[in-house]
Parts: sequence; structure tokens; C-alpha cells
Amino acid sequence: MKAAVIVFPGSNCDRDCKVAIERSTGAAVEMVWHAETALPSGLDLIVLPGGFSYGDYLRCGAMAALSPVMAEVKAAAERGVATVGICNGFQVLCEAGMLPGALLRNEQLKYVCKAVDLEVANAQTRFTAGFGDRRQVTMTVGNGEGNFFADAETLARIEGEGQVVFRYVNNPNGSTDAIAGIVNGRGNVLGLMPHPDRAFEAELGSADGAILFQSALASA
Amino acid sequence: MRAKVHVFLKPGVLDVQGKAVENALHGLGWAGVEGVRVGKTIEFDLKSANAAEAEAEVKQMCEKLLANTVIESYRVELA
Repeated sequence: MKAAVIVFPGSNCDRDCKVAIERSTGAAVEMVWHAETALPSGLDLIVLPGGFSYGDYLRCGAMAALSPVMAEVKAAAERGVATVGICNGFQVLCEAGMLPGALLRNEQLKYVCKAVDLEVANAQTRFTAGFGDRRQVTMTVGNGEGNFFADAETLARIEGEGQVVFRYVNNPNGSTDAIAGIVNGRGNVLGLMPHPDRAFEAELGSADGAILFQSALASA
Repeated sequence: MRAKVHVFLKPGVLDVQGKAVENALHGLGWAGVEGVRVGKTIEFDLKSANAAEAEAEVKQMCEKLLANTVIESYRVELA
């Protein structure tokens, strides 16, 4: 099993992601700089990590979405490679048009950093299959612009198609419908604000994030 | 040619920053203030033969980068 973590200038969870994936799945993880114009061959999983890519200039994720490597990430996702954007990575996926919607500033204008309980809204995805019958999991959020927004039409579509994967039990940032994570129509691109990479061992307060990485690779 | 692009959150998209500024203005005694929206202006020089061409070009820039049209609207001024 082989995974890649994309590193943008300003990413700060890239090494956390590498360690989380290695420890929870045993997969080999390559770090890929944003300026690369090719991805390593034979990837089973691509992760866009959290952080402040390009200093959040213009809009969170906007500059990163245009980096050279993103054309390759898009092409790989179109071939069906499992792709996960965490926090800033979720913002990048939305800005790149790989996921619907956008992330606005948190409703209460505060940076929220805490463990949150999540409802597994769709346990049938390749990222959540490993949770089995569990409908509630715990991960950590750390965001100032994690307030998910989509227009009414888009919202109706993603709700209707089962593309909402995680919902906050107690909405920490004003996200529409308490949405914490969504997948694309094909189900191979996941974006979520909570950090599975900060919840992959019991010592971190939760090991539920490990199950997400395991599921993503088990289905590859 | 000098281009000015004004970008704002669309009407109906909650502008929490605008709300906070509005509350602060109320606190300073301007009770009559309402509907505050905080946006941004992006200015640049553009080499272009004519205004129509420039406008079309700047609109493309807005669609591709300067605005996220899922949540933002934009207005272009050329001078």
C-alpha cells in the first residue's frame, strides 16, 4: 500500500499525516512538494493536509488549488484514487472544484480547537466502512474557517445523494446542516474539517482517525 | 489600464465579519447602521488594447481566481 501527502508552503499537518497513516495502516508514505508535476506511481491514497497553505492568501486554499501538483491530484482522483483533504486540505479540494461548497469564516468568529463528536452520516463510503455499526466517532477540529456552506440546490443534491459523510453532534462553527465532511459524487474524494491525523491512537484521546485511513486503504 | 475588482460575499451568505463591525459601530453610538458587509478590493495595471477586451479578461480572472463564485460576487471597475 502506498500513500502520498501533498506538502504546500504553509502546510503544518503534513508530517502528522505521514505518521498517522504509517502507524495506522503500515502503508509507505511519500511526501510530495506542491511544485511537482508528477505523482509517485501506484498510489492508493492521496492526502491533502491541514495548515495554512500560502498563508491563506486571497482565500483559504485558493492559491494551493492552482499549484502544479493539483492537476496531477485531480487526474489521479478522476482515475479513482482515494483522495482525502483534511481541514485546509478540504478547503483546497473545494477551491479546486473537486468537492462542492465552500468553507466560510466560523459563525462566532473564533478559532475552534477541541475534540468533537461526529455522527457518521454515511457509513457506506469507502472511508467510513471500517466504522461498522458505529454511528458516532470522535476527532479533533482546529479551524477558523470551517463553516461549511453550499447553496440550497447543491445542499439538496449532496444530502439526497448521501454525500454528507460526517456531521457535528454539537456544531462548533455554524456549518450548514452541521456538515463536517462530504464526498464527491463518485465517492472517492473526501473532505473533512476534523483531523483524523490527530486521532489515530488512544493516547491522543481517540483512535477513530486510524479507522478512516485503514478504510481508505482497505478499499483501494 | 487600471483595474479595480471588488469582491464581497453574496447577499444571503452570512458575513460574520460584517456583523461584528456592525455591532462595534452600534456600540460606538451609530444605532442607524445596518447591513454592513466587509469585502476586499484588488487593484492592478493591465496592458490591454481596449476596455471591452480588458473587462472580459478581468472577468475571467475573477471566475478563475479572484473570487470564489460559490460564495462571492464581484464587480469590475476599469479606468
